[in-house]
Amino acid sequence: VSIEKYEESTLTELPPHQWRPTDVDPALARRAERQIATWWALSMVCSVLVVVSYVSFAVGDEATYLLGQDLSHLTIGLSLTGMLLFFGIGTIQWARKLMGDHEIVEMRHSAASPPEDRAAVGQALELGIAEAGISRRPLLRNMLLGSLGLMGLPAIVLLRDLGPLPGDVLQHTIWRRGMRVVRDVIGTPIKPADLIVGDLVNAQPEPLVHVEVPRGGIEYLEGIELQKEKAKSSVLLLRMEPQDNNPGEGREDWAVDGILAYSKICTHVGCPISLNERTTHHLLCPCHQSTFDLADSGKVVFGPAGRALPQLPLMVDEEGYLVAQDDFNEPVGPSFWERNSK
Amino acid sequence: MIRLVSTAAGKLSRLRRRRWAGVAVVLVALGLTGGAYTAFSPASADETQSNAELIAEGRELYLVGCASCHGLNGEGIDTTEEGRIVGPTLVGVGAAAAHFQVGTGRMPMAQTGQQAPRKPVTYTEEEILALSAFVGSLGPGPAIPAPGDYSLDGLSEEEREEATVRGGQIFLTNCTACHNFQGAGGAMPKGGYAPKIRGVEPIHIYEAMLTGPQTMDSFSNGNLSPEDKRDVIAYLMSIQEPKSSGGFGMGGLGPVAEGLFAWLFLGLLVGFAVWIAAHSTRTTKEKVSE
Repeated sequence: VSIEKYEESTLTELPPHQWRPTDVDPALARRAERQIATWWALSMVCSVLVVVSYVSFAVGDEATYLLGQDLSHLTIGLSLTGMLLFFGIGTIQWARKLMGDHEIVEMRHSAASPPEDRAAVGQALELGIAEAGISRRPLLRNMLLGSLGLMGLPAIVLLRDLGPLPGDVLQHTIWRRGMRVVRDVIGTPIKPADLIVGDLVNAQPEPLVHVEVPRGGIEYLEGIELQKEKAKSSVLLLRMEPQDNNPGEGREDWAVDGILAYSKICTHVGCPISLNERTTHHLLCPCHQSTFDLADSGKVVFGPAGRALPQLPLMVDEEGYLVAQDDFNEPVGPSFWERNSK
Repeated sequence: MIRLVSTAAGKLSRLRRRRWAGVAVVLVALGLTGGAYTAFSPASADETQSNAELIAEGRELYLVGCASCHGLNGEGIDTTEEGRIVGPTLVGVGAAAAHFQVGTGRMPMAQTGQQAPRKPVTYTEEEILALSAFVGSLGPGPAIPAPGDYSLDGLSEEEREEATVRGGQIFLTNCTACHNFQGAGGAMPKGGYAPKIRGVEPIHIYEAMLTGPQTMDSFSNGNLSPEDKRDVIAYLMSIQEPKSSGGFGMGGLGPVAEGLFAWLFLGLLVGFAVWIAAHSTRTTKEKVSE
C-alpha cells in the first residue's frame, strides 16, 4: 500500500474534533487557571516545609517520635512528597486543560525500502567486491580473515584475570578428625549430656568462633578466610531418640547417642537452613521450600533440592566433647560444574 | 540503771544453787532454741501442705479441662490424625510446659488443628499455677523459671547493654530462621507457622526455649545456658517497640513482602498514568471564535 493511498483511506474516517470545556467556555478556563495556580502554591508551601522540618526536629539519639515514627524523617518525607505531587498535579492539569489541543496524525510508511533502492544497493555491493579483487587475491583474503580472527585472542587471554580457578576448595571444608563442634556465637564446646532429646544447636567448627579465652593449639580464622569457611562449614546439631534415626548405609556410627550433625547449607542454591521441626525432624529451607528428613540421612522429601543434605560424622574426644570424625564425605552446598552429582 | 541490773544479776546469781535451777536453765535454753528455729527456719511443713493442695486443686481443674485429650493421668490418648498424636502424654513435660501452654492461651485448644494458636487465656493466674503444679508432679521435667532467671534487675546499665547485644547475636543465629529478625514470625511446612514473639511475656519466652512447644526445637539449659536465654529475652524486650526512622515498615516481614509491595505499587502507578492519558473531558459545543 503506498503512503498516499493509506493517508487517503484513513483520514476520511477520523471523527470530528471535540473541544474541551475550557476551550469553549472562558469562565471555565479562568477557573482552571486558578486551580493550577493553587496546586503550585501548595507545592511552594511544601518546599518551605521541607526546610522548616529539616531545621525544626533533631535526628539521631535526640530524635522525637510521633506514633513510633521519627518526626524529622516523617515530616521531611511528607513535605517532599507534597512538593513533587502538587507540582505534578498542577502541571498535568495545565497540559490537559489549558495547553494547545491540536490532534496530530503522524502516518507510518512501510519499513522496507523501495525495490529500485534495494536493487541499487545490491549492484553497488557486487561492484565493490569485484573492484576489491578478493576472489583474485587469495593471499590478501586469507590474511584479512587471519588478522580479524586473532583479534579475539587477547580478549580470551584477558579473561584469565577472572581467575585463579577455585581448585578443590569447593570439595572440602575445614572439618578434620577430632575438630570440636562449638556453639555458634557463644563458642563453647558441647558434651552429649548437655543436650536433651529435641534440642537443636547451630554450631561451627572451633576455629571459626572467637572466644574470650582462646584455646591453645587452635588457629582461629580471621576476615575473608573466616567468612569463606563459614559459608561451607556451618552445621546443625540435633538430638533425637536413637531409635527414631534411620542411619544410611555406612553411617551407623556417625551419631553419638542420637546426636546428629548436618551441613547447614542447602544443596539447592546454598541458603543457610535451620528451620527444623522437632516432631518430624524435617528441615525446611526458607528460600525455595526444599525439605530434608534429618532422621533419614538428610534425604530430600520435598522441593527443588537434588541431593541429600551432607552429614558430618560425629564422635567424642577424650575430654568428652563432641568432635568430627572427619570432613564431610562429599562437597557441601549447591552443585557446581566439576561436581560428581551422584 | 547499771546498779539495778547488777542487783538483779546478783539476785539471780544467788538462786543458781537452788534445786530447780538446772531444770529451769534447760527449759529456758530449749524454749529459746525452739523459738529461734520457728522464727528463722523456712516454713517447709506449711509449704509442702500448700503444694499438695495446689496439686490437688490443679488435678480437679485438669480432670475438667484437659483429661479428655491428655488422659485421666496425663498419659496421653493414642489417637493419631495424619500421623500426629492428638493428645500427647504430659508425663515429664514439666510445669514450665504447662505454664507456657495454658498461660499463653494455647491450651485448652478450641479445636484440633495443625497447631494451637495463641488466644485469650482461659484460666486465672492461680489456676494456671495449680495446673502447672499438677502437670509438673506427673514426672520430672523443667520447672517454672524464677524471675531472677530472665530479668536484668541488678545489672548495671553497661552490663544490660552488653547482654542485649549478645542476646541479639544469639537470637540472630538460633531463632530468626523461623521467627524472623524482628520476631514477626513466619511460615513453616504443612500449614504450620512460627508465631510472632514480640509482645510475649519474658517468662513465656523463657519457657518456650526451655520446653520447645509444639514443633519448636528445645533449647534446654544444657543447650543454651540460663544466662544466654536471659540475654535473648533482653534483646527481644529491646525491640518490642521498634523505633521507625520514618515510613511504613510493613511489620518487618522482609524483602519478599517489600518487593511484592513495590511491584504492586509500581503497577498501580503505571495504570494510573495510563488512566490519566486515556481520559479527558470533552464537550459537544463548538468553539466560539473571538
